[in-house]
Amino acid sequence: MSILGTRVLRTEDPGFLTTGAVYTEDVQDERLAGACYVHFVRSTVAHASILSIDPSAARDADGVVAVYTGKDLGEAGIAPVKPMMPNMNQKMVQSLLATDMVRFVGEPVAAVVTEEMYQGEDAIELVDVDYGILPAVATMRQALSGERGLLFPDAQTNVVVRFGDESESNRDLFEGCEVVVSEVIQNQRVAPAPMESRSGAAVWGEDGRLTAWIPNQGAQGTKGALVGILGLKPEDVRVITPDVGGAFGAKFGADSEHAVICWIAKQLGRPVRWSETRNENLLVMPHGRAQEQKITIGGMRDGTVLAYRLEVLQDCGAYPKAGAFLPMLTRLMTPGPYEIPRAEAFTTSVVTNTTPVGAYRGAGRPEAAAAIDRAMDLFADASGVDPAEVRRKNLLPKFTEPHKTAFGAVYDSGDYVTALEKALAAAGYDELRAEQARRRAAGDTLQLGIGLSSYVEITGPGGEAGGPNENSTVEVHPDGTATILTGTSPHGQGHQTVWAMLASEELGIPIDKITVKWGDTDLVPRGGGTGGSRSLQLGGAAVQQASRELLDVARERAAATLEASPSDLVFDTEASAFTVKGDPDISVPLSSLAEAERLFVHTVFTSPGPTFPFGSHVAVVDVDTETGKVFLRRVVTVDDAGTVMNPLLAEGQRHGGIAQGAAQAFLEEVVYDDDGNPLTATFADYPFLSATEVPSFDLVDMETPTSYNPLGAKGIGEAGSIGSTPAVQNAVIDAVSHLGVRHIDMPTSPQRVWRAIQAANGSKEA
Amino acid sequence: MQIKLTVNGTARSDEVEPRLLLVHYLREVCGLRAANVGCDTTSCGACTVLLDGESVKSCTVLAVQANGRSVTTAEGLVAEDGTMSAVQQAFRENHGLQCGFCTPGMVMAATSLLAENPDPTEQQVREGLEGNFCRCTGYHNIVRSVLAAAGKLSRAESAGASPEVSA
Amino acid sequence: MIPATFDYEVADSAAHALSLLAEHGEDAKLLAGGHSLLPMMKVRLAQPAVLVDIARVGELSGIRSEGNQLVIGATTRHADVAGSDLVRAEVPLLAYAAGQVGDPQIRHRGTIGGSLAHADPSADLPMTLLALGGSVEITGPAGVRTVAADDFFVGPFETALSPDELLSAVRVPRGGDVPWGYQKFVRRANDWAIVGVAAYDGRVALANMGGTPLRALAVEEALRGGASAAEAAAHAADGTSPGYDFHADTDYRKHLARVLTKRALQGETG
Repeated sequence: MSILGTRVLRTEDPGFLTTGAVYTEDVQDERLAGACYVHFVRSTVAHASILSIDPSAARDADGVVAVYTGKDLGEAGIAPVKPMMPNMNQKMVQSLLATDMVRFVGEPVAAVVTEEMYQGEDAIELVDVDYGILPAVATMRQALSGERGLLFPDAQTNVVVRFGDESESNRDLFEGCEVVVSEVIQNQRVAPAPMESRSGAAVWGEDGRLTAWIPNQGAQGTKGALVGILGLKPEDVRVITPDVGGAFGAKFGADSEHAVICWIAKQLGRPVRWSETRNENLLVMPHGRAQEQKITIGGMRDGTVLAYRLEVLQDCGAYPKAGAFLPMLTRLMTPGPYEIPRAEAFTTSVVTNTTPVGAYRGAGRPEAAAAIDRAMDLFADASGVDPAEVRRKNLLPKFTEPHKTAFGAVYDSGDYVTALEKALAAAGYDELRAEQARRRAAGDTLQLGIGLSSYVEITGPGGEAGGPNENSTVEVHPDGTATILTGTSPHGQGHQTVWAMLASEELGIPIDKITVKWGDTDLVPRGGGTGGSRSLQLGGAAVQQASRELLDVARERAAATLEASPSDLVFDTEASAFTVKGDPDISVPLSSLAEAERLFVHTVFTSPGPTFPFGSHVAVVDVDTETGKVFLRRVVTVDDAGTVMNPLLAEGQRHGGIAQGAAQAFLEEVVYDDDGNPLTATFADYPFLSATEVPSFDLVDMETPTSYNPLGAKGIGEAGSIGSTPAVQNAVIDAVSHLGVRHIDMPTSPQRVWRAIQAANGSKEA
Repeated sequence: MQIKLTVNGTARSDEVEPRLLLVHYLREVCGLRAANVGCDTTSCGACTVLLDGESVKSCTVLAVQANGRSVTTAEGLVAEDGTMSAVQQAFRENHGLQCGFCTPGMVMAATSLLAENPDPTEQQVREGLEGNFCRCTGYHNIVRSVLAAAGKLSRAESAGASPEVSA
Repeated sequence: MIPATFDYEVADSAAHALSLLAEHGEDAKLLAGGHSLLPMMKVRLAQPAVLVDIARVGELSGIRSEGNQLVIGATTRHADVAGSDLVRAEVPLLAYAAGQVGDPQIRHRGTIGGSLAHADPSADLPMTLLALGGSVEITGPAGVRTVAADDFFVGPFETALSPDELLSAVRVPRGGDVPWGYQKFVRRANDWAIVGVAAYDGRVALANMGGTPLRALAVEEALRGGASAAEAAAHAADGTSPGYDFHADTDYRKHLARVLTKRALQGETG
C-alpha cells in the first residue's frame, strides 16, 4: 500500500515535544566552548549622520572583551554591501556597521563583546554615539517627492528600480468600458516575526576554516553571502543549520550581524555567540509587503471585466533588499486567475528611513492577489453584480495545457471556476447572503460580511544557475538504513518526514530507518533552500528521482550477483529486495547490495518551469457597527497545489498561511511616526495574531496535478496566505457596504472601520 | 544568592545572581533548553513552565523567586520509560507543531489549562492559550491537540497516522 | 531583555518589609508577583537598586469577609481572586475583572496589590476598584491608613503610596446582587484596554481615558436623574481628555467610551 497521500505523523516531533528542537541558541558544541557574546549598539534615530562614537566607557566595563565599529571593519577591508541585483541603484550601499550615516532606527552601529551574556546589555548602554539628526524620509510619497531629501546623496534619487515602462502606458486602456472604478489602496507593512528571532554562533578552527551556525532558509545561500560580504574563500567556510524556529522568507542569506560575528570570531580567535531580542527582531529583521497600489478596473455593466491597470509604489526601507524587486513578481501576477483582455502594470521601488523590506510569505504575489481581488469587488459593487458572479464571469476557464498570460507567466494547469464553486458550496454562500439580508433588514448592530478571493500564484521559480531545480543524494546502507541529503532547508515544513516517505515508497525501507540531512554545506554543498514553496516539487521530486536511480544502480548489481539479466528482476518494495521473475524464493535484499561498494546516487531534478497553485477563499466576519470591531468567524478555503503527499502536513501549511494572511487583513501592521520612529517594535505593541482572534478553518480538498514533476505536486506553503488576505478584507467591507462603505484599507482596525462607516454617512451616531 | 528548588523532580542547589531570569537558569544552569525565549515583553509564552504546578512565563520570574519551589519543564513531562504525557502525545497526533519553537511553552500552558479545566470548550482553549503565540500553525491544530488531550475528539476524528508508521 | 543589576532581599513579615524600605529609601521597590515591575525592569525603564520580595509574607495574602466588605490581601494573585467562590459570590465584578488581567500565566503570578500600586490607567483592576468604590489599606511606619479608590490614583503610574509604605490590603463592598457590567475594548484578548468601562451600582469608571482611571461623573449624575443606560452613556466622555495612539485617536476613544458605557450599564460583559 502506498504511503504517499497518507497522514503520516512527523518523525521530528518526539524530540521537539520533549527535549525541544535544537535551535542555534541551544547548540552545545565543543567548538563553542568558552564562547564570548556579542551585543549590538543600534541607532535610535531614523536618519542622522554619525558625529562620533565613544566606546571608552564600554571598553572599561565588566567583562567587556572588545568593542568594534564600522571604522574597524573598514580598516580591515570589509566593503559596504551593494544591492543584490544589478538593476537596483548600486549607490545604495550598506555598511555592516554604520560609519558616517544611519538610515533607520535599529541599524547596527557598534558591536560589543563580553565574556558573559548578561554583561552585554549592560555594556551596550555605555557606548556613546553622537548623532546629527537629519529629516527622516518616513513615507514612500516623501521619498518620491524629495521633500525630505535623499537617503543616498550619491544616488541622486530615492528610486531603487522600476518595473514596467510607464511611458508605454495605454491611455485608451479603458475605452469602451461602461463602468470604471479606481482606488488607491494600501498593502501595509507587516513583520514576519517568526517565533525564533535571529541568532548565530561562529568559530574559526586551527585549519583556518570558519564554522558558522546560523538559522537560515538555505545554508548554501547563507554561505555564499558570507563569502561575498567578508571576501572569504568558499572552501574556508562551513555553514551549519540547526533547527530553525520559523522563517517566512526573512531568514535567507546573511544579515550584517551574521557577517560581523564571523569577522569578530576571527579577530578574537575565540568562538562567538549572538542572539537578538524580540525588539531588535521587530526593528531589524526585514519587513514584508509595504506597497501602495493604485488599482483601476473597467468593464461592462453585466460584470465582464475588460481592462485593469495596477500601479505599485514599493517601500524598500533604508537599504534595497529582496523587497525592492518583489514588485517584479507582483507585476508578473497582475491579472491573477482572471481573463482580462487589456491589463498593464507599473512599479516603482523607493527607499525610506525605515526597516529594510524583504520577502515575507508570498513575497510579491499576495500583493498582486490582494489588488486584483479588491478590484473585482470594487467592480462588482460599481456594476451591481454579485461578487461571486463577477468572478465566475471573468475567471480563466479550466485548462490542462500551459497557459501563457500577457505578463509572461506560464500557468501550468488550472481549474479556477471549480475551485470557486467548491468554496462557495462549502461555505453555504446563498445561506450566508440570506442571513446577511435578514440582519440588514433588522438593522442589527452586528452585521455579517462575506468576502471572496480567487487566486493563482507562482511557486518553485528558478534556483541555482538555470531553471528550477534541486539536488538530492540517497544512500542505502548495509544495515538496512538509508540516508537522504537534500538541498532544501526545512523550518517547520516536515521534510524529514516527507522526504523519508518518498524514499520509503520507492525503496521499501521504513521511514524510521531513514535519516534526512540538510543545511550543512560540507555535507550538502549545493542547494536552493526552502522558500517560494519550492521544496516538494523540486526537492521532493529530487529525492524520488534519486531513489529511482538508486534502484537502477542496485538492479545492475543484483543482476550481476544473481547472474541474471536486469530485466528479469522485479523489485519487491514490501520486502525491499530484488527477486527473479517467476522465482520468488531467490531474493537479494537491497541493503546487501551496499556491502561490497557504497550504494548511493546523487541527482538533480529539473522542472520545466515554476508551477501555479490556485484556489478560492470565502471569509465570513461579524462587524460590530457601533465600535467597528471585526470578528473573524469562518474561513473556507480551496487551496489546490496538485497532488498531496501528506495531507496532515499540507493542511498545517494551509492553516498557517490562512492565519497569517488573515492577520494582515484585519490586525497586523508596522507603524512609524512622521520622524521614522517605530511604534510597533515589541510584541505588546505589534498586534501579532493570537489564538483568540481566529477560528478553526474549513479546508476543502482539491488536487489538480501538474505535469511538471512526477509527483504532480505544486507548492502549498504560501498559497493560504495569498488567498485569505483579500477574502478577509473584502468580507469586512462587505459587512458594511449597505451603509455606503466602498473600501477600507488593511488592516481593517476597529477605528478604520468605524471611520469608514461615519464617512459613508450610513450610521446612526455621528 | 543560594537557591534550593526542585526541577523536574530533582533537588537542586545553585548560586545565582538576583537578576538571573528563571528561563536562563533552566536553560544555562540546568541545561534544560526546551523552554525558549521568544520576546521581551512577557507576551509570547514560549518560555512557559510550571511553577508549583501552575503555568508561568519563566522570562518574568527571577530564579530567586523560585527558591523553595518546584519547577516542571517540558522535559519533565516525560515518564521514566520515555512515554510522553497525554498532552505531548496529543500534539504529536494532531500535528500541533511545525517549527517547534512555541511548542514546549504551548504544551506547558495546555497542561496547566487542562489541570484547571479538564473539559474546555474550543473557545475556552483559545482563551486559555491567549498568552502563547505561534506563527506557523495558525492555532488550528494546537486547539485540536488540546481538545484531543481532553478526550474531546473522537478517535475517528483525530488526525492519526497509518499504524505502521508511528515511530 | 535583562534587568540592570540589583540586590535582593526577602521580607518575612510586613514589618520586616517596611524596615527594608526605610533602610533603602527610594532605591528599593517591592516585589510581589513582579508582573508589573519585572517587565519594566527588563526594558530598563525601572532600575531599582534593591528589590524587597514580599511574596511569602503570609499576612499579606488571603481573602476574608469583614462585615459588609471583603478584605483581600495585597499579594493575593489574580487567579485566586478570579477563582475565589467568596469573591464570585459577593463581588462578581471583581472576580470577573481579575480574570481579565493579561493571560493565565500572568494571572498565576500578578497580584491585586501589585496591579493597583502600579496604577496603569489602562489596566483592569484600578478601574474596577474605582467603580466599586473600594479602598486600599496602606501600612507604613506610622501604622495603617485607608485610602479610598477615588483618592488613591493620582497620576499615570502614580498613587498615594509613599516610598516607605506598602499597600497591604484591598477592601471592596459586598453585594452579590448588585447590578454590574464590564467592557474591555481590545484588538487581542491579552492586550491592555484601548478603552475600558466598569459599572457598579450607579458608579462608572473608565480605563485609558486619561492619566488615571476616571469616574464618569456626568454619567452617574444622569443615572441619578433617572436617565436610561443609553441616555446616561452619552455623557461618558464628558470632561475627559484621552490620549491617542495608532489604535485610537481622541474622537474614536470618546466614542468608544460612550458605546462601552452603555453596554456596561446594560449589564453586559465583553
